[in-house]
Amino acid sequence: MLQKLGALDRRIIFVLIALAVIIPLAVGLVFPVATTPIVQNIFDSIEALPPGSKVLLTADYGPSTEPENQPMLEAVARHCLEKDLRLYVASIWATGPPMIEQMIGKVIRADFPDLVEGEDWCNLGFKAGNQGVINSAYSDFHNAFPTDARGQAAANIPMLAEVLRLENFDHIVAIGSGFPGVKEWVQFGGDPAGVPTAGGVTAVEAPLLYPYYPAQLLGLMGGLQGAAEYEAALVKAYPKYTESSRQAIKNMGPQTVAHLVIIAFIVIGNLAYFSSERAKPKLGVKS
Amino acid sequence: MFPNLAFNLQAAQVLELWIGAFLTLMIFSFLYKDNPFYKFAEHLFVGVSAAYWMVQAFWSTLIPNLFGKLYPPMVEPFLPEIAGNEADFFKLIPLVFGIFLLMRLVPPWAVVARLAMGLVIGFAAGTNLTRYLQSDFISQIDHTLLPLIAFDDAGFSLRETIKNLMVVSGVVAGLIYFFFSAEHKGLFGKASRYGIWVLMVSFGAAFGYTVMARISLLTGRMNFLGDWLTHMFSGNLPT
Repeated sequence: MLQKLGALDRRIIFVLIALAVIIPLAVGLVFPVATTPIVQNIFDSIEALPPGSKVLLTADYGPSTEPENQPMLEAVARHCLEKDLRLYVASIWATGPPMIEQMIGKVIRADFPDLVEGEDWCNLGFKAGNQGVINSAYSDFHNAFPTDARGQAAANIPMLAEVLRLENFDHIVAIGSGFPGVKEWVQFGGDPAGVPTAGGVTAVEAPLLYPYYPAQLLGLMGGLQGAAEYEAALVKAYPKYTESSRQAIKNMGPQTVAHLVIIAFIVIGNLAYFSSERAKPKLGVKS
Repeated sequence: MFPNLAFNLQAAQVLELWIGAFLTLMIFSFLYKDNPFYKFAEHLFVGVSAAYWMVQAFWSTLIPNLFGKLYPPMVEPFLPEIAGNEADFFKLIPLVFGIFLLMRLVPPWAVVARLAMGLVIGFAAGTNLTRYLQSDFISQIDHTLLPLIAFDDAGFSLRETIKNLMVVSGVVAGLIYFFFSAEHKGLFGKASRYGIWVLMVSFGAAFGYTVMARISLLTGRMNFLGDWLTHMFSGNLPT
């Protein structure tokens, strides 16, 4: 029996994983999410900023990692604007602008319609050049971002008047999914400029970023779980966002069930392996 | 005018939803076995991605950062706000080097592409070297030098002490595992053995995170297909 399970057609596993995701989504299965210190630190540092502080929020990812990164971007943006911070959104990924536009529609236009673009928030759009853009922004921010996403000159954007160098920001929150991303914002932005930097990355990338915590990264949101933890902290502090800021929390239901299925298959696979090993004739033993 | 615009936006959203759903199903079909639908979706993705990156780089970098600075009146139809700026002729240097790079396509002139490539490599190596040394080498060593008996405001902290011991011993043991100038036996061998355990734990954590990432992406696609099915049966579009 166990040996048969060991030779299970992989397509059956695919179907079971699909069901493990679809059924919890269909029935709306949600588990409580507790915020761990590594994410709570980001929330607390933004919470502690005085109104009017300048926060640079970057969206260095694309649609392929949207389920993990987008809830982070939206939750952090919502938190910053709720705290009356000035929000500067930018991207060094060409696929970032649609993600930013989506956030603007869901967060700024929906929850903060009275805020004025250019005074309370601005969308600096995408700039090509990878870490070169960050390096340039470190010494001359207007040179790196001469216009915003709509083509308006940086000199004509009121909230950019006080931002001449990267060090003029009070906080950087980099949301990314690869190169260039959070690591480059630490190396070329946060570290040399001395600006407190936090990150949000896909789960694949999270283990590579842990060594920077807590000295070079004050906090890290790792994958969907990290996003859900930030949403949980936000909802706990501001219950009015219980409905609008729970995308990652909702998606953690299927995640948990799928993990249980995968753990079950790992156990079954190991049992099948040891069972087949035991059944093999031992070398050197005459039958 | 506005009702038509609203209708067109809705039509575009419906079209986007249906194209996205069919392409998602085409990609998923690979899970059964390789097939022409999967190949079509894969090639379409590669082509569209390349075109998207090119168009984005042109409009967000070449137009404002090069042409808009070299000869501002040229960009007046797209960026009227910077059309009145003074010309910055230093931008001729990146323009010339950009043209040099394209000379790879003209075999007799291909050698000049090396000049531009040399500049790119030299700049990247120089910039990266200093930043990697500072952030990934010196800072990382600095942050690994932790007190092995830790105290906090309340006095001796067992939790911090254990944490620091794990970090320091893990780093030292990991380095010993990769030290091949001495035979791995005795105390040195035991430290090396501990080092491989530390590495295995980190690989396991990385694998666990990878599984989580893939399931997250699957959940995202299932949400999208759910939106599509909802639209199909009820006519409602996702918000």
